[in-house]
Amino acid sequence: MRIRQAFVLLLFASTVQGQTLRIGLAEDPDILDPTMARTFVGRIVFAGLCDKLFDLDEKLNVVPQLATSYEWSADNKSLTLKLRNGVTFHDGEKMDARAVKFNLERHRDTPGSNRKGELSVISSVDAVDASTVRINLSAPFAPLLTVLTDRAGMMVSPKAAQATGEKFGAKPVCSGPFRFVERIAQDRIVLERYPNYWNKGEIHFDRIVYQPIPDATVRLANLRSGQLDFIERLQPSDVPQLKNDRRFRIAKIVELGYQGITINIGKSDLAQKNPLGKDARVREAFELSLDRDALVRVAMEGEAQPGNQWVAPNNRYYAKSVPVPKRNLERAKQLLREAGVPNPSFTLMTPTASDAQRMAQVIQAMAKDAGFDVKIQSTEFAASLKLADQGQFEAYLLAWSGRADPDGNLHIFLACKGPLNNSGWCKPEADEAIEKARVTLDPAQRAKLYETVAQNVAKDRPIIYLFHRNWLWAHNAKLTGLRTVPDGMVRVQGLKMN
Amino acid sequence: MLRFLLQRLATIVPTLFFVSVLIFGLQQLLPGDPATALAGEERDPEAIRYLRQKFHLDEPLPVRYWYWASGVLKGDLGDSVRIQKPVTELILEKLPVTIQLATMAMLIALVIGVTAGVISAVKRDTWWDYGANVFALWGLSTPNFWLGILLILVFAVQLGWLPASGYVSPFEDLGANLAAMIMPAFVLGNAIAAVLMRHTRSAMLQVLSSDYVRTARAKGLDERVVVLKHALRNALIPIITLGALEFGTLLSGAVLTEQVFTIPGFGKLIVDAVFNRDYSVVQGVVLFTATVYIMLNLLADLAYFFVNPRMRH
Repeated sequence: MRIRQAFVLLLFASTVQGQTLRIGLAEDPDILDPTMARTFVGRIVFAGLCDKLFDLDEKLNVVPQLATSYEWSADNKSLTLKLRNGVTFHDGEKMDARAVKFNLERHRDTPGSNRKGELSVISSVDAVDASTVRINLSAPFAPLLTVLTDRAGMMVSPKAAQATGEKFGAKPVCSGPFRFVERIAQDRIVLERYPNYWNKGEIHFDRIVYQPIPDATVRLANLRSGQLDFIERLQPSDVPQLKNDRRFRIAKIVELGYQGITINIGKSDLAQKNPLGKDARVREAFELSLDRDALVRVAMEGEAQPGNQWVAPNNRYYAKSVPVPKRNLERAKQLLREAGVPNPSFTLMTPTASDAQRMAQVIQAMAKDAGFDVKIQSTEFAASLKLADQGQFEAYLLAWSGRADPDGNLHIFLACKGPLNNSGWCKPEADEAIEKARVTLDPAQRAKLYETVAQNVAKDRPIIYLFHRNWLWAHNAKLTGLRTVPDGMVRVQGLKMN
Repeated sequence: MLRFLLQRLATIVPTLFFVSVLIFGLQQLLPGDPATALAGEERDPEAIRYLRQKFHLDEPLPVRYWYWASGVLKGDLGDSVRIQKPVTELILEKLPVTIQLATMAMLIALVIGVTAGVISAVKRDTWWDYGANVFALWGLSTPNFWLGILLILVFAVQLGWLPASGYVSPFEDLGANLAAMIMPAFVLGNAIAAVLMRHTRSAMLQVLSSDYVRTARAKGLDERVVVLKHALRNALIPIITLGALEFGTLLSGAVLTEQVFTIPGFGKLIVDAVFNRDYSVVQGVVLFTATVYIMLNLLADLAYFFVNPRMRH
């Protein structure tokens, strides 16, 4: 009898285990409130927890999620959304036009909201009827739809948000496929299937457990010992070893972000004190001393795509008339001679992460061939951001996690009034194009405007874009239905363990 | 005895005040602005302004200290700004994990360290002694994270006997809990065992050559009684001191080991908080562990009384 009980228990335990998806994250997410959240890794958890008005597909097209269709007004200053019927939040409340209005206003108005910048163009939101929302803008804003495919488009239960106020992130209530169960800081975040999810046919797990494991070796060890089904951010150096193991699969996608070097050319006095900031020829020589293919091979084990713009070469907004420059040491040396500084010296500020260090060393060695003396100053991340914002740097090696709309990779860094314009670059022709591309909805026209920007950036080099990393995922070979969307989110719809 | 206790307790208050000022002051020396660090890569200027205001970062240092210290006196350590959870709650969440890990590590360290120390002292200059010394050297010179990763590769990836990392509550599943904790506890205990072994050995050697041990032997007492009852008990004082100090260190979190095995204890909590400039968490946890440390030292002093009658006079 006892044996039989034990057997049944064991069977039960194993089926329960089979329905849990265990995902290893590279960091512990921050607040689980879409309005306040700041980290990339937090968005991976939101992908299981909170549905958005729109989603992205593999080709970066905006596709319906909570909103089923949209229509721009003739003057492009209002966007009307039709909402999916019968959607409820995890507390049973209705996800309707009033909820959308509440959420957009919450994102825009909550003190300390990180969505404020993305939604500041919204002047008002009207709930036309239960399933129709009209978003009125102070000016046309092309990135709006793509902004709504991320946290700004995530809808939370108004009732729960009002009840818990600032503490909402401790127990978030959304309308995604899984609902929040518990979070033990730095240990795990547990979600369970929401039985009334509108698209429940696509959900094949009962639970998801997200486990932050910062050490990449340990994360991989957990996958290989079978304790995790999926890990994000596999180290490029682990790819060859895992490739030969049939029990696992590797998935990769070129990121939306980039790795680049920001050069202080006008942010502070320092810009005029070193040849790199002062003379565009020196910057050109520096870029010509770099071999992006070799950099990717050596520093990233080949797991990145070389690039020279804020979007990757396969993006529809990449300006093909401004191709990735090839290494040319002769020309670089000649430019330095013309500038009168055959051996210029500058400091490259670098975050302390090991891949950034490796990259900086390769760059240092390459630039040396042209006569540059690059000094690497590795600085703790938070401290380096502060120095960059104050203009206390000459060159700064920094990655940007990227946004689906090109404007999100460009405006804040290179518009004259961009809040993170650390380079201090301001060129009227480029600035006008950047601003105009924001209010132009037609993709062809936008691409034209971005071409103008790309040409100017290639000439002045406020940022030298280097490459776009691959998001590397590794998972159990039995896991199928994985979609590789460039935003790097792990979409749980359709995921299945065979 | 009572006077001694009161004396010690009286010194605790100024010590804790000093510690709190130190924690608060040292943290201000960290480069980088907490609001910028919190705002992350986007660091929207308006969000930064809001954070500065919310956490009183725009006010003078003494005022900020006052905000914090007055909260602490009321038992409120503040909230984690990163995940919006009260620091007290975070501490209570991590405390059982850390206590369990520290206790298991200490038990492993005591069993291995004291035993090896006694054996190597009693069997001085034999192969037993040399073996124990080699073990101590290995324990002292092996970096924790390296041993940790090695154990994971052998016992989790290759043999599949133990989970690679993670933590399970003992109330949920005791077996799984012990399986998850044994490797990190061994890694931590191994290093401490080495230190304990060296100290036990030298203390034992000293005691074993003393007059009363010779007398005990001359009386014809069994060697086991001489070693364990007469010698070891007197040799225990430095070991208790050391053990309490090491235990205190363990309770303040084993940063690298917790990181490697992803054990959600104090070490991980504090390191993440430092990197994210989550001031209230850093302050709260350090203050808490400092208090525990001071208390443990007090307990060690009290333990002398019970172990060694001479101290009672």
